[in-house]
Amino acid sequence: MSAYQAWTHAQMAHRVAQDIANGSVVNLGIGLPTLVANQIPADREVILHSENGVLGVGPAPGAGAEDYDLINAGKQPVTLRSGGCFFHHADSFAMMRGGHLDICVLGAFQVSVRGDLANWHTGAADAIPAVGGAMDLALGAKRTFVMMELLSKKGESKIVAECSYPLTAPACVSRIYTDLAVFEVVPEGLRVLQRCPGLEAADLQRLVGQPLLQS
Amino acid sequence: MINKFVATPDQALADVRDGATVMIGGFGTAGLPNELVEALLRQGARELTVVNNNAGNGDTGLAALLAAGRVRKIICSFPRQADSHHFDRLYRAGQIELELVPQGNLAERIRAAGAGIGAFFTPTGHGTELAKGKETRVINGRHYVLEYPLAADFALIKAERGDRWGNLSYRMTARNFGPIMAAAATTAIASVHEVVELGEMDPEAVVTPGIYIQRVVQIPRASTLAGGVKS
Repeated sequence: MSAYQAWTHAQMAHRVAQDIANGSVVNLGIGLPTLVANQIPADREVILHSENGVLGVGPAPGAGAEDYDLINAGKQPVTLRSGGCFFHHADSFAMMRGGHLDICVLGAFQVSVRGDLANWHTGAADAIPAVGGAMDLALGAKRTFVMMELLSKKGESKIVAECSYPLTAPACVSRIYTDLAVFEVVPEGLRVLQRCPGLEAADLQRLVGQPLLQS
Repeated sequence: MINKFVATPDQALADVRDGATVMIGGFGTAGLPNELVEALLRQGARELTVVNNNAGNGDTGLAALLAAGRVRKIICSFPRQADSHHFDRLYRAGQIELELVPQGNLAERIRAAGAGIGAFFTPTGHGTELAKGKETRVINGRHYVLEYPLAADFALIKAERGDRWGNLSYRMTARNFGPIMAAAATTAIASVHEVVELGEMDPEAVVTPGIYIQRVVQIPRASTLAGGVKS
């Protein structure tokens, strides 16, 4: 295995942000995806949606200026940009399901080579399941991006032939941004768009353990 | 004269019966009608079915209702949280029933009940274990799952301002489930911070028309520096 330099979380977020076009309406999931907000290039106007009823989410407020009537889906205080607005939950999910969101960025436990997503439940007997808005987002947005570490803590690839965890939605993921490579789901399989510095194609292939289309 | 104001939360909740289905608004702390939930706890009704996005946080409000063994079943999208210990314990002991619903389906089922819709086909959940056993259909090449409306005997919601006809407006993300739960319940009870005269609210800015509201209770605001509600 060659010595490679994995991308940091900030670099991953920066990479995702490059693929968000000017004028997009985007929902950023809880966890890693929230980092993308800080990386959107200054010359692009992007409207952030939050499932609890906000379009035009702004940055976190300064210390002491938190208002717990103005929070995001992760229940953290946020601000509202000029032009932003509020709406109720049924409208918020109609925006997703109705195909009005351009992109959502979600975390994942596993993604299959066909773009099946598993990110809500480990299926373990004593685990308490919680789904939130993940299923609505995954299939509602025009494009669903996943942002995750490629390998689990045990060193196993989270990109798999078939998800062993319960599915969030089948065949919904279009791109996967990891710390080691960026992938695109295409009809022929999984195409590698980019590898982290020093990582050879053969090494990536070995880590993922699934057939990959090298671009 | 129509006057939907009730003096206290306890009066507003007096007629909740054992076995009732109660919707509770709120997402996180925003829009959570704490004072109404506390009144429900004092009121004593048992065997409740509760509809909320979550399953209680910490030891107060909905969590206290669960801890007191008053809830038979909870219908929600996201029960597991860092501080959902009362729900976690009851669930693992098999002492509470959970109906887990994707958040958008939860919202749309509530909306459908208030709008008189018999059932609807939604793509959300198709191909997952949350759609297991449900009727499905392919419409224009896309897969859908049949979902039924979700109605309630009572809805407890938190708004910002209201008048005696029950017209309401909300504050920022505290709106969340309020408007749809109000319409889905036989008796919708709203807490408001500010009481206004008829005509004082801009008619263009009324979010929940009073037709959906049966009772309104005024609750003084607990302010933060920013004017919001402290978590």
